[in-house]
Amino acid sequence: MTDTLVQPSAASPTARAVRDLLRSRELAVGVVLLLLIAVTTLKSNAFLFSSTGWRDLLLTPSMLVLLAVGQTAVIITRNVDLSVGSTLGLTAYLTGRLFIDTGLPIIAVVLAGILMGAALGAINGVLVAFGRVPALVITLGTMYIYRGAFLTWAGSDRINADDMPRTFRDLGTDSILGIPVLTIVAAVVLAAVGYYLRTARGGRELYAIGSDPDAAELYGLQVRRRIFSAFVLSGALAGLAGVVSAARFGTVSSSVGSGIELEAVGAAVIGGVAIFGGSGTVWGAALGAMLLVTIYRSLPVLGISDFWQQAVVGALIIGAIVLDRVLVTRQERALVAARDTSAGSTSPGAPTLAPVVAGDAQEGTR
Amino acid sequence: MTTLTQTPGGTGTPTPGPRTYADYSRPFWQRVVLSREFAVIALLIAAIVYSRSQVDYFSGPQTMYYLFRDSASILLLALPMTAIIVTGEIDLSVASTVGLTSVAFGMLHVDAGLSVVVAALVAIAIGALCGAFNGFLVAYVGLPSIAVTIGTLALFRGIAAGLLGTESRTDFPDSWTDLAKERIIEDQPYPMILIPFVVLAVLFALLLHFSPFGRGVYEIGLNDEAAHFTGVDVARTKAILFVLAGTVAGFVGIYTTLVTGVARAENSVGLELQVIAAVLLGGVSIFGGRGALPGVIAGVLLIGVIQRAMLLNGQTINVINIVIGVLLVLSVMSTSLLALGRNVVSASKGARSSGRSSDSAGKRSLS
Amino acid sequence: MTDHAAQAETLVLDDVTKSFGAVAALRSGSLRVRPGSIHALVGENGAGKSTLVKIVAGVYRRDSGEFLFQGQPVDFGSTAESKAAGIAVIYQEPTLFPDLSVTENIFMGRQPLGSGRRIDRARMHAEAEGLFARLGVHIDPRRPARGLSIADQQIIEIAKAISLDASLLIMDEPTAALSGVEVERLFAVARSLRDEGRALVFISHRFEEVFDLCDTVTVMRDGSYVSTKAIAETTVDQLVAEMVGREVSELFPKTPAEIGDVVLDVRGLSTAGVFHDVSFQVRAGEIVALAGLVGAGRSEIARAVFGVDAYDDGSVELLGKRVPPRNPRAAIRAGMAFVPEDRRKQGLVTEASVARNVAGVIRRGLTTAGLLTGRAENRAARPWAGRLEVKTSALDMNAATMSGGNQQKVVIAKWLATEPTLLIIDEPTRGIDVGTKSEVHRLLSDLAGQGLAILMISSELPEVLGMADRVLVVCEGRITADIARDDATPENVMRAATNAAGTDPNPTTTGAEVPA
Repeated sequence: MTDTLVQPSAASPTARAVRDLLRSRELAVGVVLLLLIAVTTLKSNAFLFSSTGWRDLLLTPSMLVLLAVGQTAVIITRNVDLSVGSTLGLTAYLTGRLFIDTGLPIIAVVLAGILMGAALGAINGVLVAFGRVPALVITLGTMYIYRGAFLTWAGSDRINADDMPRTFRDLGTDSILGIPVLTIVAAVVLAAVGYYLRTARGGRELYAIGSDPDAAELYGLQVRRRIFSAFVLSGALAGLAGVVSAARFGTVSSSVGSGIELEAVGAAVIGGVAIFGGSGTVWGAALGAMLLVTIYRSLPVLGISDFWQQAVVGALIIGAIVLDRVLVTRQERALVAARDTSAGSTSPGAPTLAPVVAGDAQEGTR
Repeated sequence: MTTLTQTPGGTGTPTPGPRTYADYSRPFWQRVVLSREFAVIALLIAAIVYSRSQVDYFSGPQTMYYLFRDSASILLLALPMTAIIVTGEIDLSVASTVGLTSVAFGMLHVDAGLSVVVAALVAIAIGALCGAFNGFLVAYVGLPSIAVTIGTLALFRGIAAGLLGTESRTDFPDSWTDLAKERIIEDQPYPMILIPFVVLAVLFALLLHFSPFGRGVYEIGLNDEAAHFTGVDVARTKAILFVLAGTVAGFVGIYTTLVTGVARAENSVGLELQVIAAVLLGGVSIFGGRGALPGVIAGVLLIGVIQRAMLLNGQTINVINIVIGVLLVLSVMSTSLLALGRNVVSASKGARSSGRSSDSAGKRSLS
Repeated sequence: MTDHAAQAETLVLDDVTKSFGAVAALRSGSLRVRPGSIHALVGENGAGKSTLVKIVAGVYRRDSGEFLFQGQPVDFGSTAESKAAGIAVIYQEPTLFPDLSVTENIFMGRQPLGSGRRIDRARMHAEAEGLFARLGVHIDPRRPARGLSIADQQIIEIAKAISLDASLLIMDEPTAALSGVEVERLFAVARSLRDEGRALVFISHRFEEVFDLCDTVTVMRDGSYVSTKAIAETTVDQLVAEMVGREVSELFPKTPAEIGDVVLDVRGLSTAGVFHDVSFQVRAGEIVALAGLVGAGRSEIARAVFGVDAYDDGSVELLGKRVPPRNPRAAIRAGMAFVPEDRRKQGLVTEASVARNVAGVIRRGLTTAGLLTGRAENRAARPWAGRLEVKTSALDMNAATMSGGNQQKVVIAKWLATEPTLLIIDEPTRGIDVGTKSEVHRLLSDLAGQGLAILMISSELPEVLGMADRVLVVCEGRITADIARDDATPENVMRAATNAAGTDPNPTTTGAEVPA
């Protein structure tokens, strides 16, 4: 822990990168995921090595990954979006409807779905950012409203496979170079958002806002505008997930997407995104989503009734937040202890301007 | 300490007579009428009056009976949920606890052969245990309740599903299932469940509004640090409330099982959000510290009345969901909207001065 | 820019006012700062300095008055606007993002960009290291801000301000938590900024610093401008007289009281990273002051004694009986009362009524058959509100609507209602008006006269010297001096507070060895 204080020159960039990676939550979740896949595959080869096994492994999580990425952007700002499941349902139905009622090309329908999601996200964003009302309540309300709008619009209709063009449905199962198209879509989104959050000013401001909203306001950051855009992103990705869901399942039933909002939050939490904002990455959230979905699929193979899957997921979420707390407590304790020893070792009694001292001063703390 | 009063004022300062204080700054009727709770209650009365005159069959004997019977779970769960939200926490796992205790009750009675009473007591204890688990993690480990209870929402429901799968248990004595559906007085629209509800509601009202413990609950919600400095045991208070929520959820699990005659894992899926929506609609602030039980009970019944009336009017459940969602958003926005309105008024009055409140100044920076 | 503005004043505030509801925080604020000057702004707490600063920073908008920056009339609606105009502010409390790295904290919102508008991290870190080198400190630019000491956080704030290349730098009590060498280094930076032609405003309560660093001084009192003078033409006594508006000696009417038996006995109290081996006693009728710098650990000691915080080691005894750790309720039962440092966050529930606040601690004794009614609370609260002359129209008014002095009276009333044997009072007069201030001092003196043991924490040296029978000085979590009333002077208290070297044979030399 104490080597967080190490002098900049003490570690080469490569060594630092390796160290950061080894300590990252992303790696931990990734290892658990790989272990799970390995153990399941040992039990049944088909889980990984059959063509459908491989495809499902990559394909099934794509929807939840999209949602988890959007949810992460919102949670990082110390908000939450519970309406994504309803948004997903609404756009999935919109997708089907557009194919039935209009002759729009597939790309236009996909864009329409994303735009629809973004618009619904914008409603959340306006209410939360400018109405100054907690996101939990607002998105709980819009969750009802969007779901109600979806069901009212759909009535007793269902979108069936033959309502949608064959080429669109094929997107749900096609692969390029052995990787399903929808997985590629999710991966591209993930990479783009991940890159933005890490390297763009706007992305870093999202972290700053979640880390301390008051300080962000005092600092002069455009807090409301940023929160608004996070919700638009979350809505747009939920819209895309709705289109993905229509392509993947070929049908749109009235229950599509219900309850998935909590799974998305759960995936983010498992992936190390702090529920009170300020830290975590979309990579972690995406791995969390993959882990969740893979658990669903591997439990039956492992001989555990898949009825237990939800219990496992719950235990995982709780384990993840308890682990986070333990790590944070340990880190804080180490930082405080380091302060004591550094003050004591370098200058007994006399204060210095450099209480955080070079790495060699910390060796006494462990 | 008494000498304090005898101490004369400082050198040369005139000693004023002992100050007197009025208890209240506003007359009684204003305090009642201008409260948030009153607004919800008024809305409820208006909804009932409107429905009785405009909606066919609303005044029929069955309507109110089913309204109470179907709202009973939410009414019961809203009691501890109100207290939890007043402390600034939240419990998303109550409906899963209902599912788990329903399954436990069914299995204990049908599979293990326990009597209904013993099975019910054990199931309620399981509910309390679920609440204690949440309470421990939130209050003593200090984890955010929203994350913890999203976890236990999945965990408790998952255990229920794991135990019973898609099966169900239906062999309950008729005497008990009938009791759950019976009316207190024949031909009156009051189902039996209202008796335990009223008892619990009175107990919770006393606890929350007329006890030192309840004062502590509100103080935690308004300012938990100051509460801690005043000697309120913040952790224990929160833990107790979560245990109460689990216990009540256990009771609701049994009620749900008996009234439907089925114990299964999917009982009451999604009910947690309905409960929270009703509590917030009833005027409880999600930030904690504000709200009262009368408003919450009116909030639950308001949703029930709207549902009934719209169903009788031939609306689908979907439209009703929209209405509830809009109400929820409006109710939490109302505070902001009121403040905004006040700002606009004061700004137009004080047009002479260039200054604005820091609030509106902050908002302007974005436009 | 400096050539252009060389003649004109960088900042002009004239008769600026600001009210919050009924409370006038600033009645008539005026301030003129020249480029190439370090301008001191002094005044008691509550004099309106911070409000003035926040208006310049764009946090608040003024209600009326003139506000010119570099000769142009301005009206900042946000901190972003003032920052863009070239104003950097270092607040009393550092405002860092704990989850982000030190570097990101410095450059947030204006990170150096590489190709494709991508943040150039390498350059950003290099620039941060450059800033730290200039400041002569060693902080890993990649570490998170979480866990930094207050002094280090202050350094980050200063680095932030310097990197802004601002033409006006305002420092609101930047040295409150710093000591010796740290202050010197900060001053060196401030002087070099001044020599570059920038304007600096320096707010401090330490006169020796004001006279050491600044060239001009403006005094404020009760939200109004009092005077502006060249430092060379004024004296400490003159400034103090202008700040308080009367002679100092009038302020502290502590009357001698009979000192009785030991009431509080603290032995070997320690918490890692906060304070170490703290032992002291407080006797009946005695006022013991804990003096020292902000962040020295005084409040933390008080909090541990009262049981709000846990401690690692040591014991607390009240009237010979052990008080259990981390249990405020047990401490209250044993006879302790604690008026905390931060009134609004810790002292009272501002959103609750006066009655509920005053009856807040004793309410467990107000029940009939286990039930507590508003009527019982009102009945219990009324006499205590009356004794402290709390000014409110009714008992159900929210404490939030009251002035700082009145709020402090509510807090004190709430604790006196418990009829304690030991009163711990942290910053008894911070941020309250002069009139209430002397009321509080007289009250403390009277209470001691009645045999109450009082442990007082204060950052105001005159208050410490005027009120205390005994001064315990805390420096870096240790008690470094125990000075009797008659021996206490501003010099020996400050020396013990700023530098443990008073007991150290090799003072300050080690500090200078830190590589720059």
